[in-house]
Amino acid sequence: MRRFLTNLTFFVVLGFAVFWFITRPESFADDALAGLTADTSRGETVFHAAGCASCHTAPGVDSKGAPVLSGGQRFPSDFGTFIAPNISSDPTHGIGEWSALDLANAMKFGTSPDGQHYYPAFPYTSYARAEVQDIVDLHAYLATLPGDATPSQPHEVGFPFNIRLAMGGWKFLFFSDEWTIGAPNEQLERGRYLVEALGHCAECHTPRGPLGNLDNSAWLTGAPDPSGKGRVPDITPQTLGWSEGDLAYYFESGFTPDFDSSGGHMAHVVENLGKLPAQDREAIAAYLIALP
Amino acid sequence: MTRFTKLTAAALGLTLLGGAAFADGHIDAAIKARQAQMQLYGFNLGVLGAMAKGDVDYDAATASAAADNLLAAATLNASIMWPQGSDSGAAKSRAKADMWSNYPDVQAKGMALVEAATAMQAAAGGGVEGIRGAIGAVGGACGACHKAYREPSS
Repeated sequence: MRRFLTNLTFFVVLGFAVFWFITRPESFADDALAGLTADTSRGETVFHAAGCASCHTAPGVDSKGAPVLSGGQRFPSDFGTFIAPNISSDPTHGIGEWSALDLANAMKFGTSPDGQHYYPAFPYTSYARAEVQDIVDLHAYLATLPGDATPSQPHEVGFPFNIRLAMGGWKFLFFSDEWTIGAPNEQLERGRYLVEALGHCAECHTPRGPLGNLDNSAWLTGAPDPSGKGRVPDITPQTLGWSEGDLAYYFESGFTPDFDSSGGHMAHVVENLGKLPAQDREAIAAYLIALP
Repeated sequence: MTRFTKLTAAALGLTLLGGAAFADGHIDAAIKARQAQMQLYGFNLGVLGAMAKGDVDYDAATASAAADNLLAAATLNASIMWPQGSDSGAAKSRAKADMWSNYPDVQAKGMALVEAATAMQAAAGGGVEGIRGAIGAVGGACGACHKAYREPSS
Protein backbone atom coordinates (compact mmCIF):
# COMPACT_ATOMS: atom_id res chain seq x y z
CA MET A 1 0.00 0.00 0.00
CA ARG A 2 2.75 2.34 0.96
CA ARG A 3 4.59 1.50 -2.24
CA PHE A 4 1.37 2.15 -4.18
CA LEU A 5 0.99 5.61 -2.59
CA THR A 6 4.59 6.47 -3.40
CA ASN A 7 4.05 5.45 -7.00
CA LEU A 8 0.78 7.36 -7.15
CA THR A 9 2.42 10.50 -5.76
CA PHE A 10 5.25 10.11 -8.26
CA PHE A 11 2.86 9.90 -11.22
CA VAL A 12 0.70 12.78 -9.98
CA VAL A 13 3.78 14.99 -9.61
CA LEU A 14 5.06 13.84 -12.99
CA GLY A 15 1.65 14.56 -14.47
CA PHE A 16 1.65 18.11 -13.11
CA ALA A 17 5.21 18.62 -14.33
CA VAL A 18 4.27 17.48 -17.85
CA PHE A 19 1.12 19.63 -17.72
CA TRP A 20 3.16 22.63 -16.62
CA PHE A 21 5.76 21.98 -19.30
CA ILE A 22 3.19 21.58 -22.06
CA THR A 23 0.97 24.53 -21.15
CA ARG A 24 3.55 27.12 -20.09
CA PRO A 25 3.67 30.18 -22.39
CA GLU A 26 7.07 30.41 -24.08
CA SER A 27 8.99 33.63 -24.51
CA PHE A 28 12.39 35.01 -25.52
CA ALA A 29 15.21 35.65 -23.07
CA ASP A 30 15.30 39.32 -21.97
CA ASP A 31 18.41 40.07 -24.06
CA ALA A 32 17.21 38.28 -27.23
CA LEU A 33 16.98 41.51 -29.25
CA ALA A 34 20.27 42.99 -28.03
CA GLY A 35 22.26 44.69 -30.80
CA LEU A 36 19.33 45.02 -33.23
CA THR A 37 18.43 48.53 -34.39
CA ALA A 38 15.07 49.48 -35.82
CA ASP A 39 14.44 50.82 -39.35
CA THR A 40 11.02 52.49 -39.46
CA SER A 41 10.66 52.51 -43.25
CA ARG A 42 11.45 48.78 -43.47
CA GLY A 43 8.91 48.40 -40.68
CA GLU A 44 6.24 49.96 -42.88
CA THR A 45 6.84 47.28 -45.53
CA VAL A 46 6.58 44.59 -42.83
CA PHE A 47 3.33 46.21 -41.63
CA HIS A 48 1.75 45.98 -45.09
CA ALA A 49 3.14 42.51 -45.82
CA ALA A 50 1.81 41.22 -42.48
CA GLY A 51 -1.62 42.77 -43.12
CA CYS A 52 -1.93 44.26 -39.61
CA ALA A 53 -4.39 46.96 -40.68
CA SER A 54 -6.77 44.48 -42.36
CA CYS A 55 -7.90 43.10 -39.02
CA HIS A 56 -6.98 45.77 -36.46
CA THR A 57 -8.68 48.83 -37.98
CA ALA A 58 -12.27 49.49 -36.89
CA PRO A 59 -14.98 47.71 -38.91
CA GLY A 60 -15.83 49.38 -42.21
CA VAL A 61 -13.31 52.23 -42.11
CA ASP A 62 -11.79 53.33 -45.39
CA SER A 63 -8.08 52.94 -45.82
CA LYS A 64 -7.18 56.58 -46.33
CA GLY A 65 -4.38 58.22 -44.36
CA ALA A 66 -2.47 56.62 -41.49
CA PRO A 67 -4.29 53.52 -40.22
CA VAL A 68 -5.95 53.82 -36.80
CA LEU A 69 -5.54 50.37 -35.23
CA SER A 70 -8.38 50.71 -32.74
CA GLY A 71 -9.67 47.13 -33.19
CA GLY A 72 -13.26 45.94 -33.02
CA GLN A 73 -13.58 43.73 -36.12
CA ARG A 74 -15.34 40.46 -35.32
CA PHE A 75 -14.02 37.06 -36.41
CA PRO A 76 -16.54 34.24 -36.08
CA SER A 77 -15.23 30.68 -35.73
CA ASP A 78 -16.39 27.25 -34.61
CA PHE A 79 -15.08 28.10 -31.12
CA GLY A 80 -16.69 31.49 -30.62
CA THR A 81 -16.25 35.01 -31.93
CA PHE A 82 -12.87 36.71 -31.57
CA ILE A 83 -12.73 40.49 -31.55
CA ALA A 84 -9.55 42.17 -32.79
CA PRO A 85 -8.01 44.26 -29.99
CA ASN A 86 -6.75 47.82 -30.07
CA ILE A 87 -3.07 47.74 -31.12
CA SER A 88 -2.75 51.48 -31.70
CA SER A 89 0.03 53.43 -29.99
CA ASP A 90 -2.29 54.48 -27.14
CA PRO A 91 -0.38 53.64 -23.91
CA THR A 92 -3.46 52.47 -21.99
CA HIS A 93 -5.85 50.90 -24.50
CA GLY A 94 -3.35 50.13 -27.26
CA ILE A 95 0.17 48.72 -27.18
CA GLY A 96 2.08 51.99 -26.90
CA GLU A 97 3.89 50.73 -23.80
CA TRP A 98 5.05 47.50 -25.42
CA SER A 99 8.74 46.89 -25.97
CA ALA A 100 9.99 45.31 -29.20
CA LEU A 101 10.53 42.17 -27.10
CA ASP A 102 6.84 42.16 -26.10
CA LEU A 103 5.88 42.33 -29.78
CA ALA A 104 8.35 39.56 -30.63
CA ASN A 105 6.94 37.31 -27.88
CA ALA A 106 3.42 37.97 -29.16
CA MET A 107 4.22 37.31 -32.82
CA LYS A 108 6.74 34.46 -32.47
CA PHE A 109 5.25 32.58 -29.48
CA GLY A 110 1.67 33.84 -29.13
CA THR A 111 2.53 34.98 -25.59
CA SER A 112 1.26 38.26 -24.12
CA PRO A 113 3.43 40.64 -22.04
CA ASP A 114 1.79 39.30 -18.86
CA GLY A 115 2.59 35.73 -19.87
CA GLN A 116 -0.77 34.52 -21.20
CA HIS A 117 -1.46 32.50 -24.34
CA TYR A 118 -3.08 34.31 -27.25
CA TYR A 119 -5.74 32.57 -29.30
CA PRO A 120 -4.51 31.76 -32.80
CA ALA A 121 -7.16 34.03 -34.34
CA PHE A 122 -4.08 36.27 -34.05
CA PRO A 123 -1.97 34.42 -36.64
CA TYR A 124 1.22 33.94 -34.63
CA THR A 125 1.06 30.41 -36.03
CA SER A 126 2.31 32.06 -39.27
CA TYR A 127 4.24 35.00 -37.76
CA ALA A 128 6.35 32.46 -35.83
CA ARG A 129 8.38 32.17 -39.07
CA ALA A 130 9.07 35.94 -39.20
CA GLU A 131 12.60 37.33 -38.83
CA VAL A 132 13.20 38.98 -35.46
CA GLN A 133 14.73 41.98 -37.26
CA ASP A 134 11.42 42.48 -39.12
CA ILE A 135 9.54 42.53 -35.81
CA VAL A 136 11.94 45.13 -34.38
CA ASP A 137 11.36 47.28 -37.50
CA LEU A 138 7.60 46.77 -37.28
CA HIS A 139 7.61 47.80 -33.63
CA ALA A 140 9.27 51.10 -34.57
CA TYR A 141 6.75 51.71 -37.36
CA LEU A 142 3.72 50.95 -35.15
CA ALA A 143 4.93 53.65 -32.74
CA THR A 144 4.59 56.25 -35.54
CA LEU A 145 0.86 55.47 -36.05
CA PRO A 146 -1.87 57.41 -34.22
CA GLY A 147 -3.10 56.34 -30.77
CA ASP A 148 -6.77 55.66 -30.12
CA ALA A 149 -8.44 55.24 -26.73
CA THR A 150 -11.16 52.75 -27.77
CA PRO A 151 -11.01 49.89 -25.21
CA SER A 152 -10.47 46.38 -26.57
CA GLN A 153 -13.53 44.13 -26.33
CA PRO A 154 -13.37 40.70 -24.67
CA HIS A 155 -13.62 37.69 -27.01
CA GLU A 156 -17.00 35.95 -27.05
CA VAL A 157 -15.70 32.44 -26.45
CA GLY A 158 -17.55 29.92 -24.26
CA PHE A 159 -16.37 27.06 -22.07
CA PRO A 160 -14.03 25.20 -22.48
CA PHE A 161 -12.31 27.40 -25.07
CA ASN A 162 -12.24 30.36 -22.66
CA ILE A 163 -9.53 28.58 -20.62
CA ARG A 164 -6.43 30.16 -22.09
CA LEU A 165 -4.09 27.69 -20.42
CA ALA A 166 -5.55 24.98 -22.69
CA MET A 167 -3.98 26.89 -25.61
CA GLY A 168 -0.67 25.59 -24.29
CA GLY A 169 -1.77 22.06 -25.13
CA TRP A 170 -2.98 23.22 -28.53
CA LYS A 171 0.35 24.88 -29.23
CA PHE A 172 2.20 21.75 -28.07
CA LEU A 173 0.24 19.69 -30.60
CA PHE A 174 0.01 22.03 -33.57
CA PHE A 175 2.35 25.01 -33.31
CA SER A 176 5.43 24.88 -35.52
CA ASP A 177 7.73 27.42 -37.15
CA GLU A 178 8.85 24.99 -39.88
CA TRP A 179 8.37 25.94 -43.55
CA THR A 180 5.73 23.97 -45.42
CA ILE A 181 7.11 24.14 -48.99
CA GLY A 182 10.73 23.99 -50.20
CA ALA A 183 12.21 27.15 -51.73
CA PRO A 184 15.05 26.34 -54.16
CA ASN A 185 15.90 29.93 -55.20
CA GLU A 186 16.00 33.45 -53.80
CA GLN A 187 12.70 34.58 -55.36
CA LEU A 188 10.84 31.53 -54.06
CA GLU A 189 12.42 32.05 -50.65
CA ARG A 190 11.10 35.63 -50.55
CA GLY A 191 7.71 34.45 -51.84
CA ARG A 192 7.58 31.75 -49.20
CA TYR A 193 8.48 34.26 -46.50
CA LEU A 194 5.67 36.57 -47.64
CA VAL A 195 3.07 33.78 -48.01
CA GLU A 196 3.90 31.45 -45.09
CA ALA A 197 5.18 33.97 -42.53
CA LEU A 198 4.05 37.61 -42.86
CA GLY A 199 1.14 37.27 -45.31
CA HIS A 200 -0.37 34.36 -43.31
CA CYS A 201 -2.32 33.27 -46.44
CA ALA A 202 -2.82 29.73 -45.14
CA GLU A 203 -4.84 30.96 -42.16
CA CYS A 204 -7.84 31.39 -44.48
CA HIS A 205 -6.89 29.42 -47.62
CA THR A 206 -6.02 26.12 -45.88
CA PRO A 207 -8.70 23.87 -44.36
CA ARG A 208 -8.66 23.21 -40.60
CA GLY A 209 -9.04 20.06 -38.54
CA PRO A 210 -11.59 19.58 -35.74
CA LEU A 211 -9.46 21.48 -33.23
CA GLY A 212 -8.88 24.42 -35.53
CA ASN A 213 -5.41 23.26 -36.58
CA LEU A 214 -4.34 23.85 -40.19
CA ASP A 215 -4.32 20.71 -42.35
CA ASN A 216 -0.89 21.13 -43.94
CA SER A 217 -1.50 18.17 -46.27
CA ALA A 218 -4.13 20.32 -48.01
CA TRP A 219 -1.96 23.45 -48.09
CA LEU A 220 -3.75 26.45 -49.70
CA THR A 221 -6.44 24.25 -51.26
CA GLY A 222 -9.29 26.41 -49.97
CA ALA A 223 -11.60 26.20 -46.98
CA PRO A 224 -15.10 27.18 -45.86
CA ASP A 225 -15.32 30.92 -45.26
CA PRO A 226 -15.22 31.49 -41.47
CA SER A 227 -18.34 33.67 -41.76
CA GLY A 228 -20.26 30.50 -42.60
CA LYS A 229 -21.16 31.75 -46.07
CA GLY A 230 -19.28 30.64 -49.19
CA ARG A 231 -15.70 29.39 -49.51
CA VAL A 232 -12.22 30.82 -49.48
CA PRO A 233 -10.85 29.65 -52.85
CA ASP A 234 -8.30 26.95 -53.63
CA ILE A 235 -5.24 28.87 -54.85
CA THR A 236 -3.07 25.97 -56.00
CA PRO A 237 -2.12 26.43 -59.66
CA GLN A 238 -3.91 23.31 -60.99
CA THR A 239 -7.27 24.46 -59.66
CA LEU A 240 -6.95 28.22 -59.94
CA GLY A 241 -5.52 28.14 -63.46
CA TRP A 242 -4.08 31.67 -63.37
CA SER A 243 -0.68 32.55 -64.86
CA GLU A 244 2.12 34.09 -62.80
CA GLY A 245 1.38 37.42 -64.53
CA ASP A 246 -2.35 37.11 -63.72
CA LEU A 247 -1.52 36.65 -60.04
CA ALA A 248 0.88 39.59 -59.87
CA TYR A 249 -1.63 41.84 -61.66
CA TYR A 250 -4.39 40.74 -59.27
CA PHE A 251 -2.21 41.61 -56.27
CA GLU A 252 -1.51 45.03 -57.77
CA SER A 253 -4.97 45.95 -59.11
CA GLY A 254 -7.51 43.61 -57.51
CA PHE A 255 -8.63 42.46 -60.98
CA THR A 256 -9.01 38.75 -61.70
CA PRO A 257 -8.10 37.53 -65.23
CA ASP A 258 -11.74 38.05 -66.30
CA PHE A 259 -11.84 41.49 -64.65
CA ASP A 260 -14.02 40.69 -61.73
CA SER A 261 -12.56 42.44 -58.68
CA SER A 262 -11.47 41.18 -55.29
CA GLY A 263 -14.03 41.46 -52.53
CA GLY A 264 -14.56 40.70 -48.88
CA HIS A 265 -11.47 40.28 -46.76
CA MET A 266 -9.28 39.68 -49.82
CA ALA A 267 -9.91 43.30 -50.89
CA HIS A 268 -8.02 44.33 -47.72
CA VAL A 269 -5.20 41.98 -48.68
CA VAL A 270 -4.98 43.49 -52.17
CA GLU A 271 -4.80 46.99 -50.66
CA ASN A 272 -1.82 45.84 -48.58
CA LEU A 273 -0.10 44.03 -51.44
CA GLY A 274 -0.49 47.12 -53.64
CA LYS A 275 1.81 48.95 -51.19
CA LEU A 276 4.64 46.40 -51.53
CA PRO A 277 7.41 46.61 -54.14
CA ALA A 278 6.49 44.93 -57.46
CA GLN A 279 9.15 42.25 -56.98
CA ASP A 280 7.43 41.17 -53.74
CA ARG A 281 4.13 40.66 -55.56
CA GLU A 282 6.02 38.73 -58.25
CA ALA A 283 7.68 36.59 -55.58
CA ILE A 284 4.29 35.67 -54.09
CA ALA A 285 3.02 34.79 -57.58
CA ALA A 286 6.11 32.64 -58.20
CA TYR A 287 5.59 30.80 -54.90
CA LEU A 288 1.94 30.05 -55.72
CA ILE A 289 2.80 28.82 -59.22
CA ALA A 290 5.44 26.53 -57.71
CA LEU A 291 2.92 24.86 -55.35
CA PRO A 292 2.27 21.16 -55.95
CA MET B 1 -64.98 23.31 -42.14
CA THR B 2 -67.51 23.62 -44.96
CA ARG B 3 -66.70 22.83 -48.54
CA PHE B 4 -67.07 26.51 -49.33
CA THR B 5 -64.54 27.73 -46.78
CA LYS B 6 -62.13 24.97 -47.85
CA LEU B 7 -62.35 26.17 -51.43
CA THR B 8 -61.94 29.78 -50.38
CA ALA B 9 -58.90 28.88 -48.29
CA ALA B 10 -57.39 26.94 -51.19
CA ALA B 11 -58.04 29.77 -53.62
CA LEU B 12 -56.58 32.31 -51.22
CA GLY B 13 -53.54 30.07 -50.78
CA LEU B 14 -53.07 29.90 -54.53
CA THR B 15 -53.42 33.65 -54.83
CA LEU B 16 -50.74 34.20 -52.16
CA LEU B 17 -48.43 31.68 -53.86
CA GLY B 18 -49.04 33.42 -57.17
CA GLY B 19 -48.16 36.74 -55.59
CA ALA B 20 -44.99 35.26 -54.11
CA ALA B 21 -44.04 33.69 -57.45
CA PHE B 22 -44.49 37.01 -59.20
CA ALA B 23 -42.38 38.80 -56.60
CA ASP B 24 -39.65 36.13 -56.80
CA GLY B 25 -39.64 36.40 -60.59
CA HIS B 26 -39.23 40.14 -60.37
CA ILE B 27 -36.40 39.83 -57.86
CA ASP B 28 -34.59 37.19 -59.93
CA ALA B 29 -34.91 39.39 -63.02
CA ALA B 30 -33.52 42.39 -61.14
CA ILE B 31 -30.57 40.30 -59.91
CA LYS B 32 -29.90 39.12 -63.49
CA ALA B 33 -30.06 42.70 -64.74
CA ARG B 34 -27.48 43.99 -62.25
CA GLN B 35 -25.25 40.97 -62.90
CA ALA B 36 -25.43 41.89 -66.59
CA GLN B 37 -24.31 45.40 -65.64
CA MET B 38 -21.32 43.84 -63.82
CA GLN B 39 -20.57 41.82 -66.97
CA LEU B 40 -20.47 45.07 -68.93
CA TYR B 41 -17.94 46.48 -66.46
CA GLY B 42 -15.86 43.32 -66.66
CA PHE B 43 -15.83 43.08 -70.46
CA ASN B 44 -14.91 46.71 -71.05
CA LEU B 45 -12.33 46.75 -68.26
CA GLY B 46 -10.88 43.60 -69.81
CA VAL B 47 -10.28 45.49 -73.07
CA LEU B 48 -8.56 48.34 -71.21
CA GLY B 49 -6.72 46.01 -68.85
CA ALA B 50 -5.28 43.88 -71.65
CA MET B 51 -3.69 47.06 -73.06
CA ALA B 52 -2.53 48.22 -69.63
CA LYS B 53 -0.87 44.85 -69.00
CA GLY B 54 0.72 44.87 -72.47
CA ASP B 55 -1.08 41.69 -73.55
CA VAL B 56 -2.66 43.59 -76.48
CA ASP B 57 -1.27 46.53 -78.50
CA TYR B 58 -2.72 49.91 -77.60
CA ASP B 59 -5.41 51.19 -79.95
CA ALA B 60 -6.91 54.61 -79.24
CA ALA B 61 -10.31 53.99 -80.87
CA THR B 62 -10.85 50.65 -79.10
CA ALA B 63 -9.69 52.04 -75.77
CA SER B 64 -12.02 55.04 -76.08
CA ALA B 65 -14.97 52.83 -76.99
CA ALA B 66 -14.34 50.62 -73.95
CA ALA B 67 -13.97 53.63 -71.65
CA ASP B 68 -17.19 55.17 -73.05
CA ASN B 69 -19.02 51.91 -72.38
CA LEU B 70 -17.60 51.68 -68.88
CA LEU B 71 -18.84 55.16 -68.02
CA ALA B 72 -22.23 54.52 -69.65
CA ALA B 73 -22.64 51.34 -67.57
CA ALA B 74 -21.57 53.16 -64.40
CA THR B 75 -24.15 55.92 -64.95
CA LEU B 76 -27.17 53.63 -65.43
CA ASN B 77 -29.84 54.32 -62.83
CA ALA B 78 -29.17 51.26 -60.70
CA SER B 79 -31.82 51.89 -58.05
CA ILE B 80 -34.53 49.77 -59.69
CA MET B 81 -32.14 46.81 -60.05
CA TRP B 82 -31.65 46.53 -56.27
CA PRO B 83 -35.18 45.90 -54.88
CA GLN B 84 -35.74 45.11 -51.21
CA GLY B 85 -35.52 41.36 -50.66
CA SER B 86 -32.82 40.75 -53.28
CA ASP B 87 -30.01 40.28 -50.73
CA SER B 88 -28.04 37.09 -50.05
CA GLY B 89 -30.30 36.14 -47.14
CA ALA B 90 -33.50 36.27 -49.20
CA ALA B 91 -32.48 35.54 -52.80
CA LYS B 92 -29.82 33.99 -55.02
CA SER B 93 -27.40 36.86 -54.74
CA ARG B 94 -24.10 37.63 -53.03
CA ALA B 95 -25.25 41.14 -52.05
CA LYS B 96 -25.12 41.60 -48.28
CA ALA B 97 -28.30 42.86 -46.59
CA ASP B 98 -26.15 45.68 -45.11
CA MET B 99 -26.43 47.43 -48.49
CA TRP B 100 -30.02 48.31 -47.84
CA SER B 101 -29.33 49.70 -44.37
CA ASN B 102 -26.28 51.73 -45.51
CA TYR B 103 -27.75 53.31 -48.60
CA PRO B 104 -25.84 56.65 -48.44
CA ASP B 105 -22.55 54.74 -48.26
CA VAL B 106 -23.53 52.52 -51.20
CA GLN B 107 -24.41 55.64 -53.18
CA ALA B 108 -21.06 57.27 -52.32
CA LYS B 109 -19.24 54.15 -53.45
CA GLY B 110 -21.23 54.18 -56.69
CA MET B 111 -20.29 57.82 -57.25
CA ALA B 112 -16.62 56.93 -56.71
CA LEU B 113 -16.93 54.49 -59.63
CA VAL B 114 -18.54 57.18 -61.83
CA GLU B 115 -15.64 59.53 -61.01
CA ALA B 116 -13.03 56.88 -61.76
CA ALA B 117 -14.77 55.93 -65.02
CA THR B 118 -14.98 59.61 -66.01
CA ALA B 119 -11.23 59.96 -65.49
CA MET B 120 -10.70 56.79 -67.52
CA GLN B 121 -12.81 58.16 -70.36
CA ALA B 122 -10.71 61.34 -70.41
CA ALA B 123 -7.45 59.36 -70.40
CA ALA B 124 -8.16 56.33 -72.59
CA GLY B 125 -7.72 58.02 -75.99
CA GLY B 126 -4.38 59.58 -75.06
CA GLY B 127 -2.13 56.54 -74.81
CA VAL B 128 -1.55 53.42 -72.77
CA GLU B 129 0.07 55.37 -69.91
CA GLY B 130 -3.24 57.17 -69.41
CA ILE B 131 -5.03 53.83 -69.03
CA ARG B 132 -2.41 52.59 -66.59
CA GLY B 133 -2.84 55.75 -64.54
CA ALA B 134 -6.64 55.57 -64.44
CA ILE B 135 -7.29 51.84 -64.01
CA GLY B 136 -6.10 51.71 -60.39
CA ALA B 137 -8.86 54.04 -59.24
CA VAL B 138 -11.47 52.01 -61.14
CA GLY B 139 -10.23 48.83 -59.44
CA GLY B 140 -10.27 50.62 -56.09
CA ALA B 141 -13.90 51.68 -56.62
CA CYS B 142 -14.96 48.12 -57.59
CA GLY B 143 -13.08 46.68 -54.63
CA ALA B 144 -14.44 49.20 -52.11
CA CYS B 145 -18.00 48.04 -52.73
CA HIS B 146 -17.13 44.35 -53.03
CA LYS B 147 -15.11 44.55 -49.82
CA ALA B 148 -18.01 45.91 -47.82
CA TYR B 149 -21.05 44.38 -49.46
CA ARG B 150 -20.30 41.15 -51.33
CA GLU B 151 -20.45 37.70 -49.74
CA PRO B 152 -17.71 35.19 -50.63
CA SER B 153 -18.50 32.94 -53.59
CA SER B 154 -19.48 29.36 -52.89
